[in-house]
Amino acid sequence: MSFISPFRFVIRALVFATIGFIIGSLLASLITGATGEPAEEPMLALGYAGALIGWLLGIGVWDVWAREWIGLQPRSLNAQSWHQYFRFSTDHKVIGTQYLVTFVVVLLLAGFLAMVLRVELAQPGIAFLSDQNYNTVMSLHGIMMIAVAVATIIGGFANFGVPLLIGADDVAFPRINALSYWIIPPVAILLLLTPLFGGFDTGWTAYPPLSTLGSSGTLLFLLAFLTFGLSSILGGLNFLATIVFLRAPGMGWSRMPIFVWSVFCAALISLTATQFVAAGLLMVMLDRVVGMGFFDSNRGGDALLFEHIFWFYSHPAVYIMILPAFGILLEVLSHFARKPVYAYRWVVASMFSIVLISFIVWAHHLYTSGMPDFLHIPFMVTTELISIPTGVIFLSALGIIWRGRLWLTTPMLFALAVVFNFLIGGITGIFLADVPTDIHLQDTYFVVAHFHYTIMGGEIFAIMAGIYYWYPKITGRMYNERQGRLHFWWMFISYNATFLPMFWTGVWGMNRRVADYTDNLADLNLIITGISFVMGASFLLFVYNMVSSSIRGPVAEANPWRARTLEWQTSSPPPEENFTTPPQVVGDPYDYGVPDSVHAVVSPSGGSSDGPAEGADRGA
Amino acid sequence: MTTEHAVEHGIHSPEMRVKINRIGLWLFILSDAFFFVALISSRFYLHGTYRPDDLNQALGLGVSIVLLLSSLTVYRAEVAASYGDRAATQRNILFTIGLGLLFAVGVGYEWYEAFSHFPPSTGFGTIFFTLTGVHATHVFSGLIVLGFLWWLNRRGKYSSEETYWPVEGAAKYWHFVDVAWVLIYPTLYLVS
Ligand SMILES: [Cu+2]
Repeated sequence: MSFISPFRFVIRALVFATIGFIIGSLLASLITGATGEPAEEPMLALGYAGALIGWLLGIGVWDVWAREWIGLQPRSLNAQSWHQYFRFSTDHKVIGTQYLVTFVVVLLLAGFLAMVLRVELAQPGIAFLSDQNYNTVMSLHGIMMIAVAVATIIGGFANFGVPLLIGADDVAFPRINALSYWIIPPVAILLLLTPLFGGFDTGWTAYPPLSTLGSSGTLLFLLAFLTFGLSSILGGLNFLATIVFLRAPGMGWSRMPIFVWSVFCAALISLTATQFVAAGLLMVMLDRVVGMGFFDSNRGGDALLFEHIFWFYSHPAVYIMILPAFGILLEVLSHFARKPVYAYRWVVASMFSIVLISFIVWAHHLYTSGMPDFLHIPFMVTTELISIPTGVIFLSALGIIWRGRLWLTTPMLFALAVVFNFLIGGITGIFLADVPTDIHLQDTYFVVAHFHYTIMGGEIFAIMAGIYYWYPKITGRMYNERQGRLHFWWMFISYNATFLPMFWTGVWGMNRRVADYTDNLADLNLIITGISFVMGASFLLFVYNMVSSSIRGPVAEANPWRARTLEWQTSSPPPEENFTTPPQVVGDPYDYGVPDSVHAVVSPSGGSSDGPAEGADRGA
Repeated sequence: MTTEHAVEHGIHSPEMRVKINRIGLWLFILSDAFFFVALISSRFYLHGTYRPDDLNQALGLGVSIVLLLSSLTVYRAEVAASYGDRAATQRNILFTIGLGLLFAVGVGYEWYEAFSHFPPSTGFGTIFFTLTGVHATHVFSGLIVLGFLWWLNRRGKYSSEETYWPVEGAAKYWHFVDVAWVLIYPTLYLVS
């Protein structure tokens, strides 16, 4: 009994989900049975809807929320024990940690799938996967990594960090926050089930007609994607309201840490653009399950419509991923270079212009899709326009590093690597934005190399910087610095050695999303596969360091980095209410080296063992 | 969080809570509007301004008027709740639910007719059933919320000015659903 009790809400949720599934699928079989044979896909779709509701009620929505709707008193499931990680806890620190742990696990799983792909690609011809299985593995790798890229920062770091960085005690809507996390496990279960339903071979982009025709695994994938979208909409809503209303007294807009700004901008995109992919996925499902004609030209539809709708979300979504990564980047650079964020106001303005411009560049994904030619040049221009604000942020990073006294800890090394990798990713992006070169490079490994340089080299490296940077705050213990630096060099070198050669294989015509390629690229691919395994192994060291340090690592101080921002002015880990007395913000967050300047006044009982950080300018 | 702390912070005061809820609702409406924009633009992308002749214009206009009237009653419910007039709140919530159900019945009859003229497997039918279906889903969720409010109001939950936020929130949501219809109605019935 004592073994079960921590997991009793999970068990209850699974039972409720089963009941919900049965009710939903029975309903579907009644509806479809009325006009003909009960159909499988409507039963799966409605069954899933029922299961999702059951799961959420069981995990704690009933206790914390739904009781209120019928006039009962809701009860909180927060508690001071690890049990609360397995139920509907509304503490943003718990939710942030849940997100981080979940998505690091997803990252490792999706990384493992990439290794499977690399084994298949080590030699031309088909080695051990069928084409169909290759497609499923490739598609799963894609959608899982997209989820990691979207949710690790905006779900994990933003949740843990934003309320602390703005001096609040929680987010604006704690229950919606918990909801946004607890709809993630059903997404994971759906994706894991896809191979049992014939897999899916659409890639993460779900283009029809493939997605309206393929096996039922495709439907599970569509449902998973739609649910994930809902989670990110709710997250976006929450952070916008939190940042607008819950800043500590004295924290005007110009005193807000840059990471908070970046989350604000990403949340704007997440709140709005995600509805487009939701609409697109719903339309695909209606075509599939009900037999409608959105994308089927025999029924008056047009498949190109989906590409427009999909990329109207998915290009801005790139900035849901990369803007908060820039936020972490500038944050870490500033604290470890002991210099203010260079051109702070320009950076904020640039982030907002990126948000705006990101909504008018989508059709650069459609140059070779049969879109009217006169649209090529306008979208090429807008796409190149976006490199101006991106360049401003990049220059700000260089401006911070310039003549700074760099403290080369693990997070700082990862942040510096982001600058390096993103430079390569950004420059190679120009060839894909330009119509003439893109027509040649489209759908080759050049594209694969490019977006792995921006999303992995840019964002995942920033996530690593963030994990090491906030690790002592989250766990209350210090990671092993030597292992951290070893992990950095190991990952940085093997990462570049893996993805740099892909630019060449792409230029020589190697197609992405295909299990086979021409013989002349055999040697290069064998080398890539070999090095990719070296890179994969670096993550084992990372996991070892994270797990062992959380158990045996030295107890962390409140402010091990002597940083000025608010999250470091409370104990590690922070108490449930974050600050024992509310902080009062009186100055800029990044004024390192300015005599007598303080970001915030936090009472000593706020937990900082070193007092305020302003005098602790390392090396000054 | 300790209550003492909360009071000092000022962010857990009832007034602040309502402000936060209000912006949350507006953000939700903004977000949801994008969903309708995606569907409405698909209509014009796929079929331009094509409109079949066998749409039931009288019924379309009729349900639109019914829904507009329900916006008026929900507004009266909100005002009554803000004055703590429980009986009037109760009455107007019921009127709204009634008008909402009438609207749903109207749309249901339209669906019945549409099946024979332009079923969901045809070009215009796809758009027609999706737009009206998504909108009807919004109407139904609004009706469920109003049902809960009617139940809670009967038990005296919203008897004072401070506690009527749920009524205000539901009313705003209902207006949004109404405005969405005001855009969908010409998209389906009027453009040509
Ligand atoms: Cu793009």
